[in-house]
Amino acid sequence: MANRLDFERPVQELEDKIEELKSFMDEKNIDLSDEISRLQKRLAYMEEEVYGNMTAWNRVQLARHPERPTTLDYIDRIFDDFIELHGDRAFGDDEAIVGGIATFEDKPVTVVGHQRGKDTKENLRRNFGMPHPEGYRKALRLMKQAEKFNRPVVFLLDTKGAFPGKAAEERGQSEAIARNLIEMAGLTVPIVCIVIGEGASGGALAIGVGNHVHMLENSWYSVISPEGAAALLWKDSSLAQQAADTMKITAPDLKELDVIDEIVPEAKGGAHRNVEEQAASIQKVLKKSLEELSKLSKTELVEQRYEKYRNIGQYTFVTDTIGLK
Amino acid sequence: MLKDIFNKKKKYATVPSEKIKQDVPEGIMTKCPGCKSIIYSKELEKSNKVCVKCGYHHQMNAFERIKNTLDEGSFEEFNAGMISENPLSFPDYVERLEKDRKKSSLNEAVVTGEGTINSQRTAIAVMDARFRMGSMGSVVGEKITRTIEHADKEKIPFIIFTASGGARMQEGVLSLMQMAKSSVALKRFSDNGGLFISVMTHPTTGGVSASFASVGDYNFAEPKAMIGFAGRRIIEQTIREDLPEDFQTAEFLLNHGQLDSVIHRADMKKTLSTVLMIHSKGGDR
Ligand SMILES: [Zn+2]
Repeated sequence: MANRLDFERPVQELEDKIEELKSFMDEKNIDLSDEISRLQKRLAYMEEEVYGNMTAWNRVQLARHPERPTTLDYIDRIFDDFIELHGDRAFGDDEAIVGGIATFEDKPVTVVGHQRGKDTKENLRRNFGMPHPEGYRKALRLMKQAEKFNRPVVFLLDTKGAFPGKAAEERGQSEAIARNLIEMAGLTVPIVCIVIGEGASGGALAIGVGNHVHMLENSWYSVISPEGAAALLWKDSSLAQQAADTMKITAPDLKELDVIDEIVPEAKGGAHRNVEEQAASIQKVLKKSLEELSKLSKTELVEQRYEKYRNIGQYTFVTDTIGLK
Repeated sequence: MLKDIFNKKKKYATVPSEKIKQDVPEGIMTKCPGCKSIIYSKELEKSNKVCVKCGYHHQMNAFERIKNTLDEGSFEEFNAGMISENPLSFPDYVERLEKDRKKSSLNEAVVTGEGTINSQRTAIAVMDARFRMGSMGSVVGEKITRTIEHADKEKIPFIIFTASGGARMQEGVLSLMQMAKSSVALKRFSDNGGLFISVMTHPTTGGVSASFASVGDYNFAEPKAMIGFAGRRIIEQTIREDLPEDFQTAEFLLNHGQLDSVIHRADMKKTLSTVLMIHSKGGDR
């Protein structure tokens, strides 16, 4: 198994050892099954130890794993009849965001997500999954189309952020994100958002205002990347591991903060270890969400979204006000 | 020597900056970032904190802004006592808030309430960059949202003056979600026919630029205000090319179709008043 992370090494060493014994047993025709079963018990214990006690940084590493499934990997497995739709009808087609129409459980849906590349060449084309304004405007076009034809929208979030570039600023990156927030607030069809990898800042939120918001177990979602936080707060991007912890960016953290609805479990060692199983888990949670939301009227959907976001935040009052007299 | 300069019958005075450091107590003089002149602070206040020499718009605090915009004595503040908690138990956050509270005489980075502009009622929110760089955490999001809801209930317009470095890091994802919170309120207000005027002042960046600031029915800005999503330095590091000098200024945004107008501070109240007046003459409200 290629591409294991450092923190997984004890697991891998045991797995290698077991494989080695197995082939040795076959080769020499001697019975090592007691030893193998002993090691397998130890492996189970070791997996519990390693994957049951992951740090925030370990999860960030898994969220960034080069083999981690992308939006298109999940669209292939979760939806049927997918037709990709391109372009914002104003400037161009941003391949950092993909979207289209499909069926889910035999019902029509619109699905839109950030799209990373699988290799350098594809990453250049897809700008590493960091959208320009036209990407967000394509998402806007597709969600308004979904509203017109009264079908739910599923958003898959996976981005290091909206692209920080000259052209992006010229074409109104801020407005593109802000406009989506406003339009998602008022959309009269169900919106389900699932963070599948990285969820960085306004670039993620721009397709993230939903009736239900779920996160994969090893994804992260925050106001800024751990590296960005470390650089801004402590002037030292090498403190990213510490920032990942301090900033409370993991799925369990966001559940605790009441920002997300459900944590979608991942296979031990991350989504890439079993893509089919992962897709099935997402399908399950998505089905539950859409069934629940299909019972709400247009007004109730908008109302539910209002209440959901209206209540996020923590504050208190002091009585000795020092404001303007 | 200073006496000689002040005796000159000028609206502003200039002296060499090194001289100022030696001779003048801090606060009496202000160095203009626009033309590097040293200006007598009281003179600067008389001209709405706009440099008479070069037109540079010096930063205004929330109370100066309110004084400059609303009819005298018309402002009633809402939720002045709302303060931040420390939801992530972020190291040093409470201490930093306390420090800024003392420094700015504000409880948070936005002042909200209601007042009149030439006798026309409006809800208003004014951000203040002296407090945590005007960054938006739970309190800023909540106060702005409450002000929008007030405007919606009272059927009056909502005006915001933005000045912010973006979302507040120390409240993590809760800060990010304030962008969504203010957006759901703005959308409802807008669907009910509410008038929303956004006035972007220096600086308006990050999560504030990428939410309410950019979606006014009218988007205005002060001259030379820095407005943008990503920081200039980050963009330079990412694309490895030099950016034009006027990049992310109000004028740059105007040229790229992102603003309705760049308005000199001296004309701000009159412009806002005119927009309110035109809207009062017809339509739904
Ligand atoms: Zn000047």
